[in-house]
Amino acid sequence: MIGKPPHPGPGNRDSSMSDNSTRTLIMDGLWHNNQALVALLGLCPLLAVSNTAINGLGLGLATTAVLVASNSTVSLIRNFVRPEVRLPVFVMVIASFVTAIELSMNAYFHELHKILGIFIPLIVTNCTIIGRAEAFASKNNLWRSLVDGLSVGIGFTLVLIVLGGFRELIGQGTLFDQAHLMFGEAASGMTLKIEDFPGMLIAILPPGAFIGLGLLIMVKNLIDKRLAERRAASSSYAEEATGVTG
Amino acid sequence: MEFPTHSSPHTGRPNRVDKVMLQVVLALIPGTLALVFYFGYGILVNLVLAIGSAVAFEALVMKLRKRPVTPVLMDLSAVVTAMLFAVAIPPLLPWWMVVLGMAFGIIMVKQMYGGLGYNPFNPAMAAYVLLLISYPVEMTAWLPPTALAEHHVSLREVVLFKFTGSLPDDYTLDAITMATPLDVMRTNLDLNMMISEIRTNPLWGDFGGLGWEWVGNWFLMGGIWMVYKRTITWQIPLAFLAGLVGMATLFWLFDSESFPFPLFHVFSGGAILGAFFIATDPVTACTTRTGQLIYGATIGILVYVIRTWGGYPDAVAFAVLLMNMAAPTIDYYTRPRTYGHGEMKS
Repeated sequence: MIGKPPHPGPGNRDSSMSDNSTRTLIMDGLWHNNQALVALLGLCPLLAVSNTAINGLGLGLATTAVLVASNSTVSLIRNFVRPEVRLPVFVMVIASFVTAIELSMNAYFHELHKILGIFIPLIVTNCTIIGRAEAFASKNNLWRSLVDGLSVGIGFTLVLIVLGGFRELIGQGTLFDQAHLMFGEAASGMTLKIEDFPGMLIAILPPGAFIGLGLLIMVKNLIDKRLAERRAASSSYAEEATGVTG
Repeated sequence: MEFPTHSSPHTGRPNRVDKVMLQVVLALIPGTLALVFYFGYGILVNLVLAIGSAVAFEALVMKLRKRPVTPVLMDLSAVVTAMLFAVAIPPLLPWWMVVLGMAFGIIMVKQMYGGLGYNPFNPAMAAYVLLLISYPVEMTAWLPPTALAEHHVSLREVVLFKFTGSLPDDYTLDAITMATPLDVMRTNLDLNMMISEIRTNPLWGDFGGLGWEWVGNWFLMGGIWMVYKRTITWQIPLAFLAGLVGMATLFWLFDSESFPFPLFHVFSGGAILGAFFIATDPVTACTTRTGQLIYGATIGILVYVIRTWGGYPDAVAFAVLLMNMAAPTIDYYTRPRTYGHGEMKS
């Protein structure tokens, strides 16, 4: 091996994957370029709403819906919008979708809407969404933008669910508390509860969000490091076999 | 008489980490013994638990990091952290909370930032705050000083309670425990009582709470010894106490019936322990002399502000952690001028 390992940016990774661009997009959104764990975007809603897994799921799905819709729209109009005015136009597009989502959540998931409160309208300020519109959708075709929006949104949602589950488990000893808000009364049985668990209140409070996110990033980096080590080990084995040395 | 001059560098007395830490441990002993004398064996059990778990967690992290274990344990920094933590927590705290606090302090606050010398926050105080925020009820239930206690909790009863939660017969937890003097002062002031009225309670000594003020005195003696041995500089403790007394005097002169007199603040809660042992942590405090004055004074002022208007009875831990965050910035702006260079241009 010579010098540093290849930079884990898109297109510069495993050559066997770059020929399959949709798969690369999905893997980027979910893992390699996860907006919450790698880009650290959208932290305000991520930290504020992840106190239970269900809250996280609700906000994550709303964000994903907005992301898919805004990415597709921005991609469709990308050739008609002059670059001087593109940001106001993107914001208008995102704001319209957020309004639509907010109104429909108020109609269909009223209780959840009450809990998430201000964070639904605040999706409009989520840096992830304007970031994907500006950095990706305004330069790519409809299909790629759609896939990107969906995978980035699901990646964000997964982080929200994991962080929310971790925080409510440690903080109050439950998992999927208040599941009926999302899935109706039938899902009340989904809630797991540890009896007599003293609960560490700090996990529910804001510091718990920061500590939890830090731990998640740590786990992700650890997994990445292990994968890189394994890849390096196998490639150096191959180099030795062919007699090529660094 | 001969005064041999060695070649440069002319260093001062070589101070090693383990030596400094040993001096801190020695200076802590009188105050700790006073705590045991006034509040019973729970303090000792806490000490054993905290030191044991801190050393175990430190060794665990060193094993995980594949570093040599013994030299890190021998520098005694984990022991100092554990002792500072153990003298700050209530004697009847359940055992697992002590271990949890040390796990957080050593693993997350100290070692995850890189170990001794790299941690931006004081591990003992971070552990204390974690427990205080998570378990406010247990963390504010102190034993009354032995002179006031209806029931003397024996060593066996303390251990039984800490490990199994079972109380000595016929007693409820409320009957054995008592709020700290600072807590009593707060609650009664909130009830619009006057200070002269509050002080009729047998809980009070001359300045602070009965027993508490003597614990403060013994910690003060250890602290002064550390200043004399130059283990710590005088700037931080003096500025801390000056800031606290200054604020307290100002408000006391303004209204002596609703703001306690200055020495009450000095001899209550963790003020003296904080001034000499916690705020002076060489890793997390300011290093420039001017910076140390600013750092100490701000902690003192913050302690008064949080005690008087904040949500928790004692404030040393919060104030120290807040100023830990500010310490690098203060150091940056108070760097002394390097010899041969001009004034720092802003």
